[in-house]
Order: sequence, then structure tokens, then C-alpha cells
Amino acid sequence: MMGRLLLMLRRDLALLLLGGRRGGAVLPLLFFLAVAMLFPFAVGPDAPLLARTGGGVIWVAALLAAILPLDRLIEPDLELGMFDQWALRGISEEAIVAVRVLAHWLSFGPPLMLAALPAAGLLGLDGERLRLVELGLLLGTPGLAALGVMVAALTAGLRGGAALGGLLVIPLAVPLLVFGAGSLAVGGESGLAFTGAVSLVLLAITPFAAGAAIRNARG
Amino acid sequence: MQECRLAAFDLACRRGDRVLFRGLSLALGAGAALHITGANGIGKSSLIRILAGLAPAYAGSVTSEGGIGLVDERPALDPHLPLGRALDFWRAFDRAGTDATELLGLTNLLDVPVRYLSTGQRKRAALARLVAQAVPLWLLDEPLNGLDVSAVALVEELVAAHCAGGGIAVVASHQPIALPALVALDLAVLAP
Repeated sequence: MMGRLLLMLRRDLALLLLGGRRGGAVLPLLFFLAVAMLFPFAVGPDAPLLARTGGGVIWVAALLAAILPLDRLIEPDLELGMFDQWALRGISEEAIVAVRVLAHWLSFGPPLMLAALPAAGLLGLDGERLRLVELGLLLGTPGLAALGVMVAALTAGLRGGAALGGLLVIPLAVPLLVFGAGSLAVGGESGLAFTGAVSLVLLAITPFAAGAAIRNARG
Repeated sequence: MQECRLAAFDLACRRGDRVLFRGLSLALGAGAALHITGANGIGKSSLIRILAGLAPAYAGSVTSEGGIGLVDERPALDPHLPLGRALDFWRAFDRAGTDATELLGLTNLLDVPVRYLSTGQRKRAALARLVAQAVPLWLLDEPLNGLDVSAVALVEELVAAHCAGGGIAVVASHQPIALPALVALDLAVLAP
């Protein structure tokens, strides 16, 4: 069983990182950096203002970047009949989803945390704020990954599912954004703790919610 | 070949608000081959999915013993990968069975990406995946679609050998298929 899950993880990672023909993990990353780069152009060269708002911008950019690969998470495998074949081999949808959440996080969480370094430079964040942003991303991106997979499963097979998915993720990600970006404003570790808590809740419910959605879509 | 059995009792299938068939009962033991026939939209594919346990029956029950393999219109092979590597994923996953790529004439297609394969080639690739799975219960949904004459004979041979080895094959197809000891089931008879 473990061997099979590892095989699935390897396949998922190859699909999400290199992307097959749908574009890999580079696109969200470039998008993230582009937003961080555009923001100073839009608000002007006011260094204190940039430093004060920069952390929040990084968070919004991270959220938007996490939405980009939504349509590649569940739908292609549903169309291919992969989920049918796994079901016939006795692999539960919950296990498949858990593996996919891990793969999705690995393909965008750590790269995003790396990209946050140049982004912090572009926005003029100081070391302390950067530390809080990085810690917040470490705690928040697993939740974003889980949320992405859950919404992708719920909207798989619907017409315009990708656009609908993006719309659904944004309100559901508000708690992560409030606590994650909020930890910067009040400089509080409590905000980070709440970010982690929201992530844990999302990680816990996603396999079951997404698993049920996939079984239903298969019908 | 492991012990196998497939039985259904008083099955009914509903699509939307229409009942496609009802009162379907069958019992298949080792070596049995069943050909499900009927016009388009009569519920052949739905029956296959119900027998596979992938879709719920509107009424009735299905019991089966032994692993189930399914070939339908979706090959479940990554379209961007070369055929050999796409098949390798399932071979590593199933860790059993024989390599049928040569038998099915796929040897010189192994480094061609799956998305460039024709319908018939894809069908043969899916059958190679099924053989490598080494399960006794074969559920084949339109296995002859897109196949040329020689490939049809090949598939008939493959399924016949599977049944002769103690396996069960259920073939849903509007095309005739020649198999020894083939039992035909016309779904039109069971339409309400």
C-alpha cells in the first residue's frame, strides 16, 4: 500500500512540477513575482508605505498563485479514468486526495517561500517582517493546498469549473489571509498559531470532502 | 488464476428520470464469457459500471469474487507520456501479470506519447494494461471500437485465452465478437 501511494506521489509531482502539457509549477511562481513587482509601480516609491503593506501583498499574491493550477489537480485524472482504475484496485479516494494535497503543496509551497525572498526585496520588507511572512507561508500554504484540492474536486466536471473554482477558493481562503497577513500587522505569534490552526482544519476535512466529491462525480 | 465469480440479482438502472433496464439477474463462474448487446443508449456501459461497483445500481445487488479489471473508452494512460512509461506506471502499481505489449503489436509504439496514438492503438494499450493487471474478472466496454480486422481477431484470441484460463469476461459491444461458449444478453429484452 505504501509503495503504491509513493508511486502516486511521484506521478502527481511529475505532473504538477513539470506539468505535462498544461504548464508546470513555474507559471504560478512567475505570476507571484510579477504581482510583487507590479505593486511598487502602482503605489509609487514610498518606502515606509511599501514596507507596511508589502507583507499583505505577498499574501494576496500567494493566494492568487495557488489558484492558477486548480484545473490541473483533479479534473484531468477524472477525464482519463484514473480514479476508476484506482477504485478497482481498492485505493480509497481519501488516500488519493491526501497524496495529491501533499504533491500540490510540494509543488507550490516551498517554491513560493523561496520566491518570497526576492519579493520581499522588491517591496522593501525588513528582516523581522520577512521572518513573519516566511513563517506564515510555511503554516498557511498547506491549508491553501488542501483548499485548492478540495475546491478542484468539488468543481471537477462542471462547465466553467476552473473559473468557478477560483471564485470559490477566494472567500474560503479569507481566514488564512486574515490570520496570516494579520500576524504582520500586530506582530503577533498568535496570528501565526491561528494560521496553523486553520491549515490543520482544512487538511483534516479535505480528504473526506474531496473524496466524496470525486465518488459523486464518477457516478 | 484466483477463484472468481460474478453475480447480479434483480438489477435495475436509472439514468436521470428514465429506467434503462430492470430485472437483470446473472451468475457467471470461472471460464464464462458474456456478451451484452443492445442499441446505443440502452445501458450497456451503465451495466458495466454497475458490475464494476463504480456506479450505484438503482435496485438490486452485485456480488463478485476476485479482482476486477476494466477497459472502457478512457485508457487511463497519461497522454503526455510515452506509451512505455505510461504502461510502466500501472505495471509498477500492479506488480503482477505478463507483458502483452508485443502480443498486441505495441512494441514499436512504446516511445510515442499516448496523445499521438490512434483510437485503435489506445484501445490496444488499454488492453495491455488490463493483461498486466492479472485479474480474473474482465469488464470490457466496447473493446473492439476502432480496431482493425487483425486487431479484432487478436482481442478475441486474448479474451478466449483468458476465459480458457479460468477467467470471466463481460463484453459490452454492439459489434459481434467471436468467443467460445459465449452467452449473449440483449438488454432490449429488459427495457421497461
